[in-house]
Amino acid sequence: MSTSASAAPAARSTAGGPVLQVAGLTCAIGGAVIVDDVTFDVAPGEFIAVIGPNGAGKTSLFNLLSGLLPATGGTVTLAGTDITGASPSARARRGLGRTFQASSVFAGLSVRENVRLAAQARLGGSMRPWQRVRPGDAAQEVATGALARVGLAGRGDDLAGALSHGDKRKLELAILLATDPAVVLLDEPMAGVSIEDVAGLTEVIGSVHREEGKTVLMVEHHMDVLLGLADRVAVMHHGKLLALDTPARVTSDPAVQQAYLGESL
Amino acid sequence: MTTLVLLTITGLGLAALYFLVASGLSLIFGLMDVLNFAHGAFLTIGAYGTWWAAGNLPGAGESGWGFVLAVVFGVAVGTLVAALIELLLIRPLYQRHIEQVLVTVGLSLALVALVRAVWGADPRPFPRPGWARGTTSILGANVPNDRFLLIVSAVVVLVAVLAFLRFTRVGLIIRAGVENRTMVTALGIDVRKAFTLVFAIGGAFAALAGALGGIYLGSISPGQGTSLLIFAFIVVVIGGMSSITGTAAAAVLVGLVQQFANYYAASGVGDLSVVLLLAVVLLARPSGLRARLA
Repeated sequence: MSTSASAAPAARSTAGGPVLQVAGLTCAIGGAVIVDDVTFDVAPGEFIAVIGPNGAGKTSLFNLLSGLLPATGGTVTLAGTDITGASPSARARRGLGRTFQASSVFAGLSVRENVRLAAQARLGGSMRPWQRVRPGDAAQEVATGALARVGLAGRGDDLAGALSHGDKRKLELAILLATDPAVVLLDEPMAGVSIEDVAGLTEVIGSVHREEGKTVLMVEHHMDVLLGLADRVAVMHHGKLLALDTPARVTSDPAVQQAYLGESL
Repeated sequence: MTTLVLLTITGLGLAALYFLVASGLSLIFGLMDVLNFAHGAFLTIGAYGTWWAAGNLPGAGESGWGFVLAVVFGVAVGTLVAALIELLLIRPLYQRHIEQVLVTVGLSLALVALVRAVWGADPRPFPRPGWARGTTSILGANVPNDRFLLIVSAVVVLVAVLAFLRFTRVGLIIRAGVENRTMVTALGIDVRKAFTLVFAIGGAFAALAGALGGIYLGSISPGQGTSLLIFAFIVVVIGGMSSITGTAAAAVLVGLVQQFANYYAASGVGDLSVVLLLAVVLLARPSGLRARLA
């Protein structure tokens, strides 16, 4: 686990305390409880993998954390600030970044424009309509750096829609990096990625975590990927948090094995 | 030959008018998913604003720079009204589409009724600067100059919008927002500021269309904007709902078809043929000429 704190947005300034606190988080939609009383703390720089059978509430949990779903109970605290009622864009500005389960890049924009947009979001700056995109400005430099980080340095001028699926996933990571979040939510980053690309993508995610000290929460099905990356594994089942412990202890937990009976871990 | 030239240039002039109204509609729909039925009212406001300024605003007049000032005034009023409507009425109804339609339809009726109450239902003669009243001979055809004014204005607006979308920070946000608004928000960008801006830009173009339409037709009446709006909507649909270049191409197509059909078939057939054109395009290419904003 790395805690090398680089230049930090608000969310990393907690001295020692948990960067993310989830307490009794609940979401019920029309009588169905999809996330049920989930409580856990995440330490700065920690890597937590979220696993569970389909429909266990993993993505719903992420949607609650990033504000796309309204919580019907409980609180989410980011770096000491209650963000339970905050809008998705406000949470992003506070340093909570996420990717989506379905590959989500702006297909009609160039690869560089995709990342630049994210950099603009972080650097703020004006909404003045006459403000031009200048080749050497700060946002452009952040974009170039982020693209190099994920190995897409030479693809800046290509249309994002023309990238392979694996490269799109890398571009998503670059977009996320450009927003410089303190806490990164990755929703199945390996989904649909070819076997050859999994290793490269795992390496990029691992290095983002180790070298930049990002706190990462990742929903993932590939257990082999998780075991090398995750400090702790959270197991969701029927909307509840079944277990949250080191990978070794989680995989030997009888309750987890029960939940996964008949399903491949 | 002279008839052909005259019909083509007049058709393009009409296309320019359609484009000015439809470009704003298309941007607003593309970014915000709002079908703005009040857009025609922006045109009426621009036309009456210009007409009022030409007669009453100090420094403004019916010709030369005075008239330019009058047009600037009309466009400014249209822009302001559009921005206020977005802030006060559209924003609170964000993502409530039925309510938005009701509000914009209501506004289109109310604003036109307001104009009618103040200045009457009868057409008012619109000031036409000296140059616009003249004609230019092209291939033997005497083409009224106001056609060129319309075409040049529309081309300038088209180039300006494309450059704005391509080369500015907000332009990038708008292009991204048209593609996926949720993701733009997830990045921490407040797209609502872009909404207000796009609405104001759309209002400005529609108001400019109102002023230019006044010159083209020689008079203005309260219902003008609403009748033009129908064709502008057809142009937006044919153009692919959220594409500026598609909207421009569709405007040219609709303008020319309408002019030629009106002349060679019978007056009124033009309007019908535009609806037929819409049907044909939707059957052949259901997503319109261009499906993406470019």
